[in-house]
Amino acid sequence: MEELLKTPLHARQQELKTKNVSFCGWDMPIQFDGIIAEHGYTRNDVALFDTSHMGEFFFKGDIKTSGINEATSINIDALNVGKCKYGFLLNEQGGVIDDLIIYRLSDDELMIVVNASRRAIDFVTLNERITNATLADKSIEYAKLDVQGPRSKEILKKYFDVDLDALGFFSFVQTKVFDSACLLSRTGYTGELGYELYVDAATSVKLWDALILDGAKPAGLGARDILRLEMGYSLYGNDLSETITPLEANLSHFINLTRDYVGKDALAKHKNEGLSRVLLPFKTSTRRSARKDFEVYQNDKKIGFVTSGAFSPILNVGIGLAMIDTDGFDKTQSIELRDKRSSIEANITTLPFILK
Amino acid sequence: MKKYNEEHEWLEVEGEIATVGISTYAVEQLGDLTFFELPEMDTEVSMGDSVAFVESVKAASDIYTPISGEICEINEALLDEPEMVNQDAQSTFIFKLKMSNTDELDSLMNEDEYKNFVDSL
Repeated sequence: MEELLKTPLHARQQELKTKNVSFCGWDMPIQFDGIIAEHGYTRNDVALFDTSHMGEFFFKGDIKTSGINEATSINIDALNVGKCKYGFLLNEQGGVIDDLIIYRLSDDELMIVVNASRRAIDFVTLNERITNATLADKSIEYAKLDVQGPRSKEILKKYFDVDLDALGFFSFVQTKVFDSACLLSRTGYTGELGYELYVDAATSVKLWDALILDGAKPAGLGARDILRLEMGYSLYGNDLSETITPLEANLSHFINLTRDYVGKDALAKHKNEGLSRVLLPFKTSTRRSARKDFEVYQNDKKIGFVTSGAFSPILNVGIGLAMIDTDGFDKTQSIELRDKRSSIEANITTLPFILK
Repeated sequence: MKKYNEEHEWLEVEGEIATVGISTYAVEQLGDLTFFELPEMDTEVSMGDSVAFVESVKAASDIYTPISGEICEINEALLDEPEMVNQDAQSTFIFKLKMSNTDELDSLMNEDEYKNFVDSL
């Protein structure tokens, strides 16, 4: 087996009572105190996530002429310096190679943040789509800490010479922490007030120690998955893939069909022809939760499959997303989620599962 | 004195009644428990049958009876508070049964044997 990659915080985490999991080639903590406890820290206080496995690419070149503006669904040319935006790297068929966030660092510089599982293919694909520009993969040298929860601003304030109150959602600053460079972004994957901090390896360890002393609780990928699902945020590999388009994934609000980029024509055609299936949120009627790949039935007819499922500690029921064939489907009627052993009753609902 | 099977269920014998739960090791693997499906009262079950079911935030797992018998008590409190088992797996029972073949007890592991078994995993 290939040796798993370790983040700069791996040693620190092993000093705690952690359970690890192999995730996209990385040895990552799935939990520390327990998934439900960590979910609570994030919703009610402040939690610290090591997401150093995520990929960071740095682009330098002309935005208008290099091809980067047509490489993804994101209209970078319309993005101000200091702002970032969520969007998709698409294939020609409109399928999703990856979902990503692009940061406008300066007129001709970008940081592109991608999923660990898709880093290699993203790098190759983006390089194929640009000319007269450079793209550097700095994923290994960059660490990333997500500080998420209602108390996140309060505990971060003393470390930054930045007015955090003035930093809007999907805005960032390039600043310093412990005398080292830090990109501080008002973003996250939890639905809470929160920040993502991009720093070098040594600084990430100093920050980790300092924030834990300040009362931030370490949280793992298990809690992160429940938190994102409660908000209805997509997870690549579950709810998005090369064979699922953003329209099917119910993400058309992130898609602009009035400008050109790879995959746009396919999406426009797809939209005109009408969607034969769509990703819908469901709630179970008990504490039971369906998992990825459970089959969806209505009136004993198989109509789709579950892409994500988890127990919501706030709602006290199972929640999830399912790709459902629209033909003949009645969303006002209950559905059944089945695997070999179980059948779970559920109903279609609307996103987000919890209001923030 | 508890006895264990390889599926991480424990049992404790008092007279002809066996009390069954899941081990601390099993609960640590599962993480926070969110749902129990309990066996039906008065059903006859055989050693190794899947008689109950548990879901956690991470996984779902069958619970196999470590001994044959007739189900005579179920811990209904677990339906609303599955986390009781997280808090104390070794003293929170899931069901009790009236044993039909006590010879089967000899095939189960004692505390030390179970500890060695877990260490070998």
